[in-house]
Amino acid sequence: MSQQLINAISLGAVYALIALGYTMVYGVLRLINFAHGEVFMVGSFIGLAALSVFHLPFALAVLVAMVGAALLGAVIERGAYRPLRSAPRLAALITAIGVSLLLQNLGMLILGAAPRAYPPAIDPAPIAWLEERAGVVVTRQQVVILAATAAILAGLSLIVSRTKIGKAMRAVSEDRQAAQLMGINVDRVIAFTFCLGSAIAGAGGVFYGVYYGTADPLMGLMPGIKAFVAAVLGGIGSVPGAMLGALLMGLVETGVSSVTLRVSPSLVLTGSTLRDAVAFAVLIAILLLRPAGLLGRPGREKV
Amino acid sequence: MCRSGVLTALCGVGVGALLLAGCPGPQPDTESPSAGAGAKGEPAPAAGGKIVLGSYMCNTGPFATFGQSSTKAMEMAVEELNAKGGVLGKPIELIVEDDQCKPEEAANAAQKLIQQDNVLCVLGEVASSNSLAAAPICQDAQTPMVTPSSTNPAVTQTGDYIFRICFTDDFQGVVMSKYAVEELKAKTAVVFSDVASDYSKGLSKVFRETFTAAGGEILGEESYNQSDRDFRAQLTKFKGLSPDVVYVPGYYGEVALILSQARQLGLKAVFLGGDGFDSPKLVEIAGKAAEGALFSNHYSKDDPNPVVQQFVASFQAKYNEAPDALAACAYDAVRIVAQAIETAGVEDRTALRDALAGITDFDGVTGKITIDENRNARKSATILTIKGGKQTFVKTMAPE
Amino acid sequence: MWAHYLPRLVLYVAIGSVLVGLDVGLPRLLNAYLVQILVFVACNIVLATSLNLINGIAGQFSIGHAGFMAIGAYATAWLSTTHGQRLLAPYEGQRLEPLLIVAYLVVLMFLGGLAAALGGLLIGLPSLRLRGDYLAIATLGFGEIIRVLLLNLEPVGGATGLRGIPQYSSLFLVLVAAVVTVAALHNLGNSVHGRSLLAIREDETAAEALGIDCAHYKTSAFVIGAFFAGVAGCLYAHYTQFIHPRSFDFMKSIELVLIVVLGGGNLRSVILAAVAITLLPEGLRLVKGALHLPFDPRMAIYSALLIAAMLVRRERVLQAVLPGRKGGGLRE
Repeated sequence: MSQQLINAISLGAVYALIALGYTMVYGVLRLINFAHGEVFMVGSFIGLAALSVFHLPFALAVLVAMVGAALLGAVIERGAYRPLRSAPRLAALITAIGVSLLLQNLGMLILGAAPRAYPPAIDPAPIAWLEERAGVVVTRQQVVILAATAAILAGLSLIVSRTKIGKAMRAVSEDRQAAQLMGINVDRVIAFTFCLGSAIAGAGGVFYGVYYGTADPLMGLMPGIKAFVAAVLGGIGSVPGAMLGALLMGLVETGVSSVTLRVSPSLVLTGSTLRDAVAFAVLIAILLLRPAGLLGRPGREKV
Repeated sequence: MCRSGVLTALCGVGVGALLLAGCPGPQPDTESPSAGAGAKGEPAPAAGGKIVLGSYMCNTGPFATFGQSSTKAMEMAVEELNAKGGVLGKPIELIVEDDQCKPEEAANAAQKLIQQDNVLCVLGEVASSNSLAAAPICQDAQTPMVTPSSTNPAVTQTGDYIFRICFTDDFQGVVMSKYAVEELKAKTAVVFSDVASDYSKGLSKVFRETFTAAGGEILGEESYNQSDRDFRAQLTKFKGLSPDVVYVPGYYGEVALILSQARQLGLKAVFLGGDGFDSPKLVEIAGKAAEGALFSNHYSKDDPNPVVQQFVASFQAKYNEAPDALAACAYDAVRIVAQAIETAGVEDRTALRDALAGITDFDGVTGKITIDENRNARKSATILTIKGGKQTFVKTMAPE
Repeated sequence: MWAHYLPRLVLYVAIGSVLVGLDVGLPRLLNAYLVQILVFVACNIVLATSLNLINGIAGQFSIGHAGFMAIGAYATAWLSTTHGQRLLAPYEGQRLEPLLIVAYLVVLMFLGGLAAALGGLLIGLPSLRLRGDYLAIATLGFGEIIRVLLLNLEPVGGATGLRGIPQYSSLFLVLVAAVVTVAALHNLGNSVHGRSLLAIREDETAAEALGIDCAHYKTSAFVIGAFFAGVAGCLYAHYTQFIHPRSFDFMKSIELVLIVVLGGGNLRSVILAAVAITLLPEGLRLVKGALHLPFDPRMAIYSALLIAAMLVRRERVLQAVLPGRKGGGLRE
């Protein structure tokens, strides 16, 4: 039981790693950024190259991946999203899907579709004393990921609440036109948000690669969708909400998987078989109870 | 219409391209026998200077890694055959179509190969669901289809033009459960399968049935999704059951992660699997965690048979990577078709079908292949284990 | 009296004769490959125009439309493989058979549509409480739930897929269904019903204040949209003879959203977009051969074209439909 709780938290932390960067862009632009998962993938491959080709130390590899992903984010924003700034919101959704498909397919053409081994830059072995004392398996990687997620959460919260650019981000997300009238350079704020979100995705990609030991061109697809769900579940635009949403998803998925119902000898319902169905049913139920997400502010309707 | 200009243009591109495809193109020149990347044309069987084969494969999409591997091996097989003078004195051309791993695209690709490219024979797919989508089309058009690696029994049941050169689900499941009971003396087992894969589900079902029939006990069953990267919840459950063996009929991408995570969690059982384990990636990704895993496969890379040795060496030389099971099957598929064309003596689809049905003791990389009355391959399975980071031969199991 | 209906009658006869002409002419002009692509085009037109009712006209952001299609496809395919074929077997080879098949298929389309409409009702209910992206997650979840359930439902083939479905539908029938769907949705869009939906999209509070029963209309949009998706599913299954849950996954839903947004909510453009998006991947198969490339750039070009089309068409896309277009926003 306690082991499953640890499994749940570590899975949630992995989701959060991706969802935090996602929610930045999502909160400011209200753009369902389908390409986020692919930026994450590119970041992961940059990290892979840094680690196994250039033999950089782990911290440096993360940094390189962040810079690379931020640059990619800037290019995507400039080329595919900014021209659509004045167009309806759903227009950017389509270019986002386009960018996502493009990066996936370029990845498959250039790198091949086969998964690649990721060097274990952090020791994957369980922490011995925890296993002896508490009987639970926790690896150093899991601790590092949880710490990284917490650090990103803290960093983002600080940026959003304490810095000038954070204030500008909040203003832009609240009302873009009003923000512009107040002298905020909206383009710059959005570009910054994009780079920040992409950099976090890049770092997430490296952590993810090291944690699971593999990287492939389609690795961003599922995490991208999960990050979207987590971000919405937590309440659109709420950074702690994304964290909470991701943890909740990890908890629900692991919880459902760990259950086996023996209805009768011939009918055994295995949780893991129906996991995605049950998990989504639970998520929908939560949304019905809290229609604006866990930490979302209920939309006040102007009459 | 101006407001829809872009859409009209997009439609125009599509329609134009299709019309272009529909028109009979110029006869392809015979002097460029470069396969795979070859040019398209409209050579009717017996008329053109080439023998045109078609393949539809998931070269993009979620199973692209399998499709790309198969395609590489097929292109290599065609190149080798052409270097030896082709078939019936003509070079072979292989037209490769991608199906994005979608059943409806597989159907489209098969239709295109048959109707537009007028291929003599269709090769494809890895995933049985895609083969099942294309099989009725090939059957209706009376064009032989040879699937290199779709294991579901239903594929060849579609009709008498559909052939298979890999094992069916039944055989591998039986082999592994027999080995577990007889050699490993396993009393208890758990099964871990991919919920969306009929390959995985099929093998699990047969393993469960034969293992129970042999007096073993299945303690539990769990599932995962192909896109999953975290299997700790299910593996923790398995750990609580402490089974003798864990049967994971999956593909190396997921299996490698399952093995690593199982070892981290301290799950001590022996891991068993099918030909999905056969890839250099398994050891690359799982490292030490892969040690001791056992799986059924079509062949062993240690087999002194020159066909095997030459295949492994050429693949390594050409693509700078070791071949996986899918590559081996795809390679054999092309060579079997070539031999059948040679036997038939004419470029005729029905004659080719008859020749394929008569294939006996074909000396392939994946064993001595005989096509049985159900158009399935009858061949022995090899059991391999991972030892010192290398696949090591354990035993050969003959079909009953 | 007669004169009043005459133009309309002429129109119907014209459409009818064009369709019959197509039915006779197309199979002779086109090979099975082109016919099959046209069938998929027509199916996608039905799917996209019905999604347009939900997304475009009613403004409810749904990304689970493939789920409705799956319900229609599986329900009718199951009926055909278990009962339908047996029912029609005695008439095999008789002169009546083609007529009976058409009649049977029409009934089947209704049944498939109804089954999907039930699903639409189910997902319409959350739409009363959820909005915008929150609703999108619920519809995404709905589609995934359907897919996972189908994967585990052995009577309909589970992960193997359902095979051996009789090929009852034809290009002609699918085209007729597409024409009927488009006509029905066109009329619906111009009716009181459609105007009410538009009002709800623009401003729900104002619509409510005008006495529009928002709950009723929103649910009905889902029910009607799902119905036609179910019909498309039925036609699709009875053409391809094999269905698999993977054909109805999240990416299929996204493809449909893509068509609707690219079409900008305007029915004619949505149809054009459906044609373009279905034909493009097939047309692009030629690129590799034409340029003698050692790799297949089909999907890369497809996605690049998508981005380019959107950048050119930026002003014509669907209006964003979100309550609190302002507000919400990023907070610490």
